[in-house]
Amino acid sequence: MNWLAVWTIYRHEMMRALRTMLQSLISPVITTSLYFVVFGTAIGSRIEQVEGVSYATFIVPGLVMLTVLVQAVNNASFGIFFPKFVGSIYELLSAPVSYLEIVIGFVGAAATKSFIVGSVILITASVFLELHVAHPVMMFVMLAVTCVVFSLFGFIIGIWARNFEQLQLVPLLIITPLVFLGGSFYSISMLPPAWQTVTFFNPVVYLISTYRWTFFGEADVSLPFALAMIGLFAAVCLTVIWRMFRTGYRIRA
Amino acid sequence: MDDTDIILSVDGVAKTYADGPKALDSVSLSIRRGEILALLGPNGAGKTTLISIICGLVSPSAGSVIVDGHDIVSDYRAARAAIGLVPQEVQLEPFEKVLDAARFSRGLFGKARDDAYLQRMLTALSLWDKRRSEVKALSGGMKRRVLIAKALAHEPRILFLDEPTAGVDVELRKDMWAVVEELRSNGVTIILTTHYIEEAEAIADRVGIISGGRLVLVEEKGSLMRRLGRRELVLTLGDGEDLPPALARHGLSRSADGTFVYTFTEEGSLAALLADLAAAGVTVRDLETRRRSLEDIFVELVKNGADA
Repeated sequence: MNWLAVWTIYRHEMMRALRTMLQSLISPVITTSLYFVVFGTAIGSRIEQVEGVSYATFIVPGLVMLTVLVQAVNNASFGIFFPKFVGSIYELLSAPVSYLEIVIGFVGAAATKSFIVGSVILITASVFLELHVAHPVMMFVMLAVTCVVFSLFGFIIGIWARNFEQLQLVPLLIITPLVFLGGSFYSISMLPPAWQTVTFFNPVVYLISTYRWTFFGEADVSLPFALAMIGLFAAVCLTVIWRMFRTGYRIRA
Repeated sequence: MDDTDIILSVDGVAKTYADGPKALDSVSLSIRRGEILALLGPNGAGKTTLISIICGLVSPSAGSVIVDGHDIVSDYRAARAAIGLVPQEVQLEPFEKVLDAARFSRGLFGKARDDAYLQRMLTALSLWDKRRSEVKALSGGMKRRVLIAKALAHEPRILFLDEPTAGVDVELRKDMWAVVEELRSNGVTIILTTHYIEEAEAIADRVGIISGGRLVLVEEKGSLMRRLGRRELVLTLGDGEDLPPALARHGLSRSADGTFVYTFTEEGSLAALLADLAAAGVTVRDLETRRRSLEDIFVELVKNGADA
């Protein structure tokens, strides 16, 4: 392994984030605060407890997931798309680095950035609410796993996208709906049985459910099954990336 | 030529792109350690494809490439570590600072940080004063220097320069040539592509000519320039005038339009012809010299079946 190259890519990506730190940190904090005010305080005060906690508290794990998923996909897709766009990717492709090293560098940096944003949102939430986390270690492990898995997914989008429009398409048309319909703001058990069945085809359901379990100790779906699904999604992403590099898909003629 | 003198060996490399065109057709080439080779050819001849294959940007459809003893596919790490590439287009991250860009390149190639080396290198490229400038703030010429700096950051043994002087002004072109000369004196092997004969003439040891995806010839510069440097003088004489026999020794040929064409390579022989014309009292209505275009030479070389 060329660890120096991995570190170089990672550091380079983190430096880019530092240049735009204000917008990458302040904007999610403001958005989340708005959610707390609107859903938590205004609407939430009229909603009875969900799964034994106040509605405002109930939506915290879902909100963190919503932001982290979008951030991970955006960070990772932009990270590899940008050198493609300006042409500087020639250097990555002609360097003595393996595809795995490129992926670790880019995905590692994107995951780190989203992890930081997720943590900042948790801190913001704890300003509004008194948060009790049932399984704190698992809570951070799950956050980290989510950041990595969705950064892998974002990396695929970054290689696939031919222009900025396509880059925005997937987060906008797929990620956001999946997260909203994945139980961020409600418990799956609140849905009619037919819709519950449909929901189980949404991979984000497992993520949010498991993450909510780390906070409240209760989950909509069985924990081992949810973890297996997350593992499966990660494996699919890794396989797709491996195929992309092997065939040179949209990066090497 | 001793095998250990060969730093780059290209054997039967071909490339057909997925969307159809055959960009390279079985190119074989050996490059000696420390030489400067200029690959000359018109746009679309396959120069960039050949370089891109050697550097790992394009996968060859057939053939193999050995860089300093390492196969570019099975032993790509060692092969690529030996190579520095300066691409044709300015492909840089606009918001990155010059020194950061060079450090990134060095790290990417697995070399430990060495600021003293980078300082020497950036100074030689007149970039040290700009090290804290963002790339987007630099002039076009400076951006090209940054590309060179990035390619040299990991101390490569072979440097590829893809059209280093396309679209740059005369002064910068001369600077680039000076940089190339300096690198060669440090033992770096240099392969550059160009479509300027003058450029090849100014800096190369050997010249390879690519046309239509084929390497038509590779030849020492001196002998090639004698062939490429051939010029023509077209004479239009007064009405009804013919060449006096005294000028027969110059071997002028008569064209269909009645003009006379004199082919020459050395300036001395032209002076002799002009002196003879004056002495014979021939009326010259018009006189035009022309250098054969590179295209003409390609056509001739390809027609002759790449005999060289």
